[in-house]
Amino acid sequence: MGHRRVAIVGAGMTKFVRRALETPKELAYEASRMALDSCGLSLKDIDCVSIGTAPDAFDGVHMKGEFLSDGSGGYQKPVMRNYVGGGTGVFSPIHGWFHVASGMFDTCLVVAEEKMSNCHPHPAGAFLTIFDHTTEQPLYPTLIWIFAIEMHRYMHTYGITKKDIAQVAVKNKKNALDHPAAQIAQEVTVEDVLNSEVLAYPVHRMDISPTSDGACAIVLAAEHVARRITDKPVWIDGVGYALDTSYWCTRDLCYPEYLEVAARQAYDMAGIREPDKEIHIAEPYDPFTYKELHHMEGLLLCGKGEAPQLLADGVTQRDGNLPVCPSGGLLGVGNPIAAAGLMKVIEIFLQLRGEAGKRQVPGKPTTGLAQAWGDLMQVGTVVVMRR
Amino acid sequence: MEISADMLKGTATGLKHKDLVQGKVLTTSCDPNLQYAWDDGVAIGRYLKELKHGRIIAKKCNKCDRTMLPPRMFCERCWRITDDWVFVQDTGKVNTFAISHVDWKAGRLPKGQRYFTPAVIEIDGASAGMGILHLLDEVDPDDIYVGMKVRAVWRPEAERTGAITDIKYFKPY
Repeated sequence: MGHRRVAIVGAGMTKFVRRALETPKELAYEASRMALDSCGLSLKDIDCVSIGTAPDAFDGVHMKGEFLSDGSGGYQKPVMRNYVGGGTGVFSPIHGWFHVASGMFDTCLVVAEEKMSNCHPHPAGAFLTIFDHTTEQPLYPTLIWIFAIEMHRYMHTYGITKKDIAQVAVKNKKNALDHPAAQIAQEVTVEDVLNSEVLAYPVHRMDISPTSDGACAIVLAAEHVARRITDKPVWIDGVGYALDTSYWCTRDLCYPEYLEVAARQAYDMAGIREPDKEIHIAEPYDPFTYKELHHMEGLLLCGKGEAPQLLADGVTQRDGNLPVCPSGGLLGVGNPIAAAGLMKVIEIFLQLRGEAGKRQVPGKPTTGLAQAWGDLMQVGTVVVMRR
Repeated sequence: MEISADMLKGTATGLKHKDLVQGKVLTTSCDPNLQYAWDDGVAIGRYLKELKHGRIIAKKCNKCDRTMLPPRMFCERCWRITDDWVFVQDTGKVNTFAISHVDWKAGRLPKGQRYFTPAVIEIDGASAGMGILHLLDEVDPDDIYVGMKVRAVWRPEAERTGAITDIKYFKPY
């Protein structure tokens, strides 16, 4: 394919917290500053900026990209904002990749920021307007409803129990104990998850990631520049994304087909034929417990309905054959929407470089992926990375 | 580089929603209170008109042979204008459902308010898998199951406004 090879050469982030004192711009600045410092670059070395941030309604600022641009190092530079709901955090590095792979720019600072705590009484209210205004909004739906509806379809189709799924929360919240940015890391049991409040059957409170404030940033560089900056570049070897229609009730919710389309696109680009063998480490999107499993299947890391067995067998633990969400995921580290997706990209970057500290998986993985999901359960975004 | 705790900025305030409401810190707020008047469009406009008459109408794409609900003027797969209007039944099957104890703002329901039972209902006469979001009622939540046959409970004709809520809910039959 006619494009240049692109590497991630630096990364930065803030803590993920329930309510940050810092403004969105200040959070974006801190993550961006850390990303540049991590690879010894200054802002003059950055050719363009890609900003990922989710609904304007969280901040009540109806031009979030422009609003964040100076905090994201975009002063007097080409800046573009991207947004595909929860899929944004992994779409933003894809968006940055386009800029550099195309030959238009040699470097790109990718910044993902979210401050959900601005919106009251709860940022979930901002999502009412993603539903069809005529046929769905009059029923006052909420995202928790429709995720409960999707989880139930997944359980029903493959005979999966809530107990099977609860183990995702146990694993990820525990993994997050080793993540210095984590918001809700803790040791919990399957019983704790099943005994937590039922918000919308079959979803319990501990099946859900928290609302969070935070920012992440990475630096992308074209191959000839990347090799001058670092001797440990991590290559973005495959990117893919696809959208299904927003008529979310008219597809079978048991399987995310749009994600399979996105994954195949990324695998083809990266020359991956057997993802279940060739992907060594994965950060699928886990805003809800069942989503980690649902996404492992859509990513072709296992067969349909088989992810719970891999989890039960310990395969997806940090020391298993296919570590999944070694960061602690959204369920443990937190879920500032766009920043959470980019946090997953940063985790794979650190893991492939052998720099994940206490979270480091054994076996010196060479190939990993990060994935996010969002809008009306209709978008999959996938990045395949190699060292 | 390893990311360590001392490298990370970000200050958790520990403030709760009530602290803001009770004015324990300096706050400013904005309530823009915008209102929207949405055009229903060609396909959904007809859908609503038929709901007012107590009927559900779908639209068919003759190329992929799908009878689509809600009706749409173009087929997103074949990327062409759809063909015939087709009346479908006001019965269907529960494809999946939830029992929700939270409202649209993710807030807990006030004491005494009944839980919601939203469901995806596959309407009889539409193509397999063509469901709509609606609510279930007149059924104990423990008795709901995937595949359950349900029927629309319509508002009395005089009360219908041409809205999805002209169907009050679906109940088993």
